[in-house]
Amino acid sequence: MISGRCAACKYLRRRCPSDCIFSPYFPSNIPQRFACVHRIYGASNVAKMLQQLPAHLRAEAANSLYYEAQSRTQDPVYGCVGVISLLHQQIHSVESQLAKTEAEIAVLNSLAQEPAQIQENEVEATFNNFLLEQDIIASRRFSHSTYISSNFI
Amino acid sequence: MGFVCTRSPCTENMASSSSYNSPCAACKFLRRKCMPGCIFAPYFPPEEPQKFANVHKIFGASNVTKLLNELPPHQREDAVNSLAYEAEARVRDPVYGCVGAISFLQRQVQRLQKELDAANSDLIHYACSEIPTALPAPPGPSSIQSMAPRQRLIDHYDRIGMGNEGGYYEAPAIPTPYNLPWNDNPSGDNSAAGGGSNM
Repeated sequence: MISGRCAACKYLRRRCPSDCIFSPYFPSNIPQRFACVHRIYGASNVAKMLQQLPAHLRAEAANSLYYEAQSRTQDPVYGCVGVISLLHQQIHSVESQLAKTEAEIAVLNSLAQEPAQIQENEVEATFNNFLLEQDIIASRRFSHSTYISSNFI
Repeated sequence: MGFVCTRSPCTENMASSSSYNSPCAACKFLRRKCMPGCIFAPYFPPEEPQKFANVHKIFGASNVTKLLNELPPHQREDAVNSLAYEAEARVRDPVYGCVGAISFLQRQVQRLQKELDAANSDLIHYACSEIPTALPAPPGPSSIQSMAPRQRLIDHYDRIGMGNEGGYYEAPAIPTPYNLPWNDNPSGDNSAAGGGSNM
């Protein structure tokens, strides 16, 4: 029965054996999956790579091969490496922003503690100035009264 | 004036010569004569045999030839280097290849983004929260009309030019690989058809 062929065997126009290495990972309803992988890697390379893996890891391998093949199709020069490079740039950018934000928080933190201290100091200075003024006024009054009394006698 | 295998993609002007030409790594691997104008020669020098060996193992010589022929000469060196990188990654990790590195880096971006969001929240909190002034009123006739602490913070905020800068970082969208077993939101479907690729 021909209609039971997987996407790979349909693409390669061959009979799909019962133990076809491709059929679990390249179902016939997603033909572009195998077409993409075949264009970049070739059928025999994909078969070799899958056969060298234990069965329970082949699905992941097929998925990652498809992802890389798609990347390479979309970006023939850099493929997946372009994505990696972009991610490195993102990481660098976010790290810089994070460092900047943390520095700003540190500044605000110290500033938030400063006003209380400054107010205390300023209040104390003001009070001291007030006392000093009172002393001056008092001493002037004393001098004046002394002058008057000395002059009056 | 002999043919020299270089790493630069200046392939168009290489001329044949009667002097001995060292075959490039590809032709050595393939056990064939390295002809003038060999498409591999500029990018697979004989002193880097492993580079071509990996590329050949994963992609195959004819696929690489096809890929390079589809590109203008000035892009071929980068293409070969990225193919070599992917091939080496696949040799080291036959299951995930480069995709393992991509997933790792994406998780790192997400983690850093969360940290940045938390830091920005703290920043806004500092800028907008009111700090209570618990100090007693100064005695005597005079008193300092000191600025309210919140105003000082806002003024400082303006002085150092924070304003609306330092806002949230928005990462450009990058197609995510299909869900790997260690992703935070597994699709729970590892079958072939359910690869879940977002590309």
